[in-house]
Amino acid sequence: MNYNRQTAVRWAVVNLIVVVCALFPVFWLLMLSLKKPSTISDGRLIPSSWSLENYKGIFEQDVFNKALVNSIGIALISTVIAVTFASMAAYAIARLDFPGKRLMLTAALAIAMFPPVALVGPLYNLWRNIGLYNTWPGLIIPYMTFTLPLGIYTLSAFFREIPWDLEQAAQVDGATPAQAFRKVIAPLAAPGMFTTAILVFIFAWNDFLFAFSLTSTTAAQTVPAAIALFPGASQFTQPTGSIAAAAMVVTIPIIIMVLFFQRRIVAGLTAGAVKG
Amino acid sequence: MLLVTAYPIIDNIYLSLLRADLRFPNDNAWVGLNNYITVLTSSTWWRDFWHTIVIMVVSVSIELVLGMLLALVMHRAIFGRAAIRTSALVPYGIITVVAAFAWRFAWSSAEGGFVPKVLGMSFDPVATTEPFWNYVVVILTEVWKTTPFMALLLLAGLTIVPDELHEAAKVDGATNWQRFWRITIPLMKPAILVALLFRTLDAFRIFDSVYIISNGNNPNVETVSVLNFNELLTRLNLGVGAAISVLIFICVVILAALFIKGFGTSLAQQRGEE
Repeated sequence: MNYNRQTAVRWAVVNLIVVVCALFPVFWLLMLSLKKPSTISDGRLIPSSWSLENYKGIFEQDVFNKALVNSIGIALISTVIAVTFASMAAYAIARLDFPGKRLMLTAALAIAMFPPVALVGPLYNLWRNIGLYNTWPGLIIPYMTFTLPLGIYTLSAFFREIPWDLEQAAQVDGATPAQAFRKVIAPLAAPGMFTTAILVFIFAWNDFLFAFSLTSTTAAQTVPAAIALFPGASQFTQPTGSIAAAAMVVTIPIIIMVLFFQRRIVAGLTAGAVKG
Repeated sequence: MLLVTAYPIIDNIYLSLLRADLRFPNDNAWVGLNNYITVLTSSTWWRDFWHTIVIMVVSVSIELVLGMLLALVMHRAIFGRAAIRTSALVPYGIITVVAAFAWRFAWSSAEGGFVPKVLGMSFDPVATTEPFWNYVVVILTEVWKTTPFMALLLLAGLTIVPDELHEAAKVDGATNWQRFWRITIPLMKPAILVALLFRTLDAFRIFDSVYIISNGNNPNVETVSVLNFNELLTRLNLGVGAAISVLIFICVVILAALFIKGFGTSLAQQRGEE
């Protein structure tokens, strides 16, 4: 494309504005986390003296380490289960014509619309009665419920694009149905599944409501809930520094994912919305 | 999937008809619609309902405008597209709780925020004595966090608009502004409606950021979801809490129905034109 200097400068300015707006709060949080605990509330943007004390502080606490393990474990397991089930459902929706197909998609949409906070009370009650309160499955199950509709939507949009005739072509060439699926269809479906997995992971990693209300100790508490409940170093100090440091730690995976999978996340978000 | 949602939903509706208070566990009784009457006649519910509506309308409107601008930038940028998308996705991907803390720390003078200092404010915008500023902080957080999502949905709509139409209009002497309003917007209508639907329903259920910024108990910006949460888990009043849940769900359904109706007619109109 041809463009002159002036347009280039104009775009550079626009780009800069977008980047600054998007990243400034993260930058502020990073600066805050690098302040010395004693200067945390001095109201300066750039720390007057730099230190890693806040980070050292949180990793010395059992609360944060365990929460990090819980977060990673619960988010990964939810992702694997949700993507597996969503793939099966989306496969059925894309390939088969069965009665209730529309109903299934409508139900998925209805669940996606359901206010999560409305599930908190009953689940709290139920989980306490059947012993799932404050356990990993106690969080994985609601995450699956809320990510499945998202997964089914995104994946059926992706699966609809797959040229299914290829499967028959492979079978004509002598492949068994299983082989045809594994060697022809699976590679084509993989990008969609991967994208869905990222979106589901972000959801599970992000959740605060369930983590906050359905857990009580380090046994299953995830990072967002743990951060919200961080105690100060003593009764009279604000946990600001620890929160900022912990927040940065859990933001790193997100930034890495965004950096590497930017294209996929965009594709996933737009696929479900427009074609679904 | 159905089990996990269906059972709690039914249980929830059943609970909402009971007097069920965990502080008095042996005092459960059938009270019919009394919980609903309690909620609907309480000033707290209506106060929080208006908070929710205000936050929803203001933040979604700002997001629509900013999201549109961002989508146009992402669509038209002649370089640095990857950089823009990547940085725009950071707020989308970041944990809401983290985003809320970032904004709270920035604005709260008690917690060493730089914003009050920079703006020369002599009060604490996060303190409960400043209802207006409480709104500002909550809405800004919400806008920062979700504009990228809005922009991406709009971007998907933008890419559908064929370039030829723009070229043709340019030849006919249409200005950029005219082309935007007469070509881009009408063709993007379905995408705009979908984006608005998603975001409105989401914004109505806003919880995380309000809860964090207000520390869970700032009556100035308490939304219906926060009220519901407090009723269930702080006051342990399950019956009333369940009734609030059902009411929130009904509100969401009404909002969705309104949108889908608007969506349907606009689609029908388009078909009529063709």
